Amino acid sequence: MADIVLRVTGVNKRFGGLQALSDVGIEITRGQIYGLIGPNGAGKTTFFNVVTGLYAPDSGQFELDGTSYSPSEVHKVAAAGIARTFQNIRLFPDMTALENVMVGRHVRTKATALGAILRTRATVAEERAIKQRSVELLEYVGISKYADYQARTLAYGDQRRLEIARALATEPKLLALDEPAAGMNATEKLALRALLEAISRDGVTILLIEHDVKLVMGLCDRVTVLDYGKTIAVGTPAEVQRNPAVIEAYLGAAHADVATKASA
Amino acid sequence: MTSIFPQLRNNAAAAWVAMFVVAVLLIALPYLAGTLGNAWVRALAFMLLYIMLALGLNIVVGFAGLLDLGYIAFYAVGAYTYALLASPHLAQNFAWIAQAFPNGLHNSIWFVIPLSAGIAALFGILLGAPVLKLRGDYLAIVTLGFGELIRIFLNNLNSPLNITNGPQGITLIDPVTIGSVNFARTQNFFGLEMSSVYLYYYLFLVLTIISIVICIRLQNSRLGRAWMAIREDEIAAKAMGINVRNVKLLAFSLGATFGGVAGAMFSAFQGFVSPESFILNESIIVLAMVVLGGLGHIPGVILGAALLALFPELLRHTVTPVQMALFGEVIVEAEVLRMMLYGLALVLVMLYRPKGLWPAPEHGINPVVQRHSRLAA
Repeated sequence: MADIVLRVTGVNKRFGGLQALSDVGIEITRGQIYGLIGPNGAGKTTFFNVVTGLYAPDSGQFELDGTSYSPSEVHKVAAAGIARTFQNIRLFPDMTALENVMVGRHVRTKATALGAILRTRATVAEERAIKQRSVELLEYVGISKYADYQARTLAYGDQRRLEIARALATEPKLLALDEPAAGMNATEKLALRALLEAISRDGVTILLIEHDVKLVMGLCDRVTVLDYGKTIAVGTPAEVQRNPAVIEAYLGAAHADVATKASA
Repeated sequence: MTSIFPQLRNNAAAAWVAMFVVAVLLIALPYLAGTLGNAWVRALAFMLLYIMLALGLNIVVGFAGLLDLGYIAFYAVGAYTYALLASPHLAQNFAWIAQAFPNGLHNSIWFVIPLSAGIAALFGILLGAPVLKLRGDYLAIVTLGFGELIRIFLNNLNSPLNITNGPQGITLIDPVTIGSVNFARTQNFFGLEMSSVYLYYYLFLVLTIISIVICIRLQNSRLGRAWMAIREDEIAAKAMGINVRNVKLLAFSLGATFGGVAGAMFSAFQGFVSPESFILNESIIVLAMVVLGGLGHIPGVILGAALLALFPELLRHTVTPVQMALFGEVIVEAEVLRMMLYGLALVLVMLYRPKGLWPAPEHGINPVVQRHSRLAA
C-alpha cells in the first residue's frame, strides 16, 4: 500500500449562493510533487485554504500522515505538519530575513517567557539552535547573504524563496505552495523549479497550486484538475493533458472535440 | 548592552566604557539635579516610573502591535493593591480585618510588589480575553473603555462596602522599607546623607534597569519574535503555527505587570492614591511617550518617556518666571501650555519623524539597488 501523506475526501464549501467546492478530494503519496491546477475561479485556492485551516469547510475528512486532523485552527494545522506559502507573499516585512525564518521555528521549539527573562541554559541553547537552523535554511534556498536585510527590502524572487525557507523551518510533512511562480519571469521560474526539485529530492512532499501549466507539467508527479469547484481529472501530467474534460475547461468544447478526434 | 548601543556590537571595550559612563551619570544625576532643588529630584524619580510604564506599554503596542488606550488601569491596579495592603484603611473599615490586624495591614514589599505585578497581570488577561479578535481602532476604543471602567470602579467602591474610599482616596500608605532602611526618612550611609526622594530615585533606578533587561530579553526571544510576527501579519503568523490567542494574552499580561509594579511604587512614594491619578490623560501621555520615542524600539521608548516626563517640570520652572518678568502676571498656566506643547510636539514628530525620535534601525537596502551601486563603483 502506498505511503499516503495527505488524504482529503468529500470537501464541500459554500460561500453564500456559490458552491465553491463540491465533493473535492486529494491523495498525496510521500515524496510526490502534487499539482493542483484549474482555470481562474476553479476553487484551487479555496481548497488550499480549507486544507490549511484558513476557511472552515462545510464537510470533509482530513488525514495527515495517517492521523485525522480537523482544520479548524490554522496554527494547529501548522503544528500538525502542513506549512504553506501565500499567493500574495505574506512575510513579516519589517523583520529581517533571518528573523522571518526563525519565526518558522516557533512551532517546533518551546522556550517560555520566564525562560527568556531568566535566560536559562536551555533557552540559550535552544535559541542558538534556532538561529543555526535558520541560517542553514537561508543558505539552502540561496539567500543567506540577505540574512540581516529586512524582508521588505528583498527582491521579489528572493521574497518567494524566503517564504519557502520560513515554511521549511516548521519541519513540514507537507509543503503547500500557493502559486509560487506568480509574477516571475522565465529565468526566475527556472530557478524556482530547480529549488522545488531540490526540496523534493531532500524528502519533502509538495503540494503545488499553479497557473503555469508548463511548470506543473514538467515538475509534478501527479495532478488534480479542478473546474467550478469539482474535480474533473486526476492523473499524471501526460494523462491529464489528453483528457477532453481538461481541454474543454481550459480551451472550450470545440477544442476538446478536435483534440479527442486527433488522438483517436 | 550591545542591544542599547548596536554601533558598539563589535567593540566590547567601548561598550563597557559607554556603560560605565552611563552608570556614573545615572548615579550622579539626582545630586546634579538636587542643586536646582528637590523638586527636580522628585521629577527624576517620576521620570523613572514613567519609563517603566512606557516599557510595559511598549510590549503591548510596540512589540505586539495592539493599540491600548487604557494602559493606566494597570498602574491603578498596582497602586491600589499596594495601598490597600500597606495602609490602615482596610482595618479601619472592616471589623474582621481590624481584629486580625489591630495595627492595620502593613505587608512587606517583598509580598506586595509581586502581588501587585500578579494582580495587574490578571487584569491584563481580563482585558485581553474579550478583545482578542479586535484590531486597530476597535481595540483602542474597548481598551479606552476598560481604563475608564477601572477608574470609575475605584471612584465608586466606597459604598456599600468602603473598599477604595472613593474619590477621597487612600492615605497613610506605608513607605518602602527594605531591612531596617525606611525610605520615608533621611538615611545616613557612611556619612552620606540621603533624603527620601534620593532613596526612591535609586530604588526606581534599579527597578527600571531590571525592566529594561527584561524587555530586551523578551524582545530577542522566541516569544518576542512571535509578538512581532503577529504585529506584522497575523494570518502569516498563524500559518507558522503561532497560537495567536496565547501570545496576545501574554503580551497583555506581561505588559500589565510593568504597570502594576510602577503603580505599587507610585503608591509607596506618594503615600496617597486617589482615582484622579489614573485618568484617560495619563494613558494618552504614556502612549505619547512610546510613539514619540520610537514604537517598538526600547532606547527610543526610554528617550520618549524621559523627555515627556521631565518636560512639565521644565515648564513649571520657566513659564511662570518668564511671564512674571515679561508681563508682571501669569497669563497662561504651565499646565495649559503643557498639553498644548505635547500636542504640537506630537504633530511635529509625526510630520518629520513618523517613526519616532529614535526609531529602530533599518536593515539593508534593496539588494537590486545595491547591486547596481556596486557596478557603478
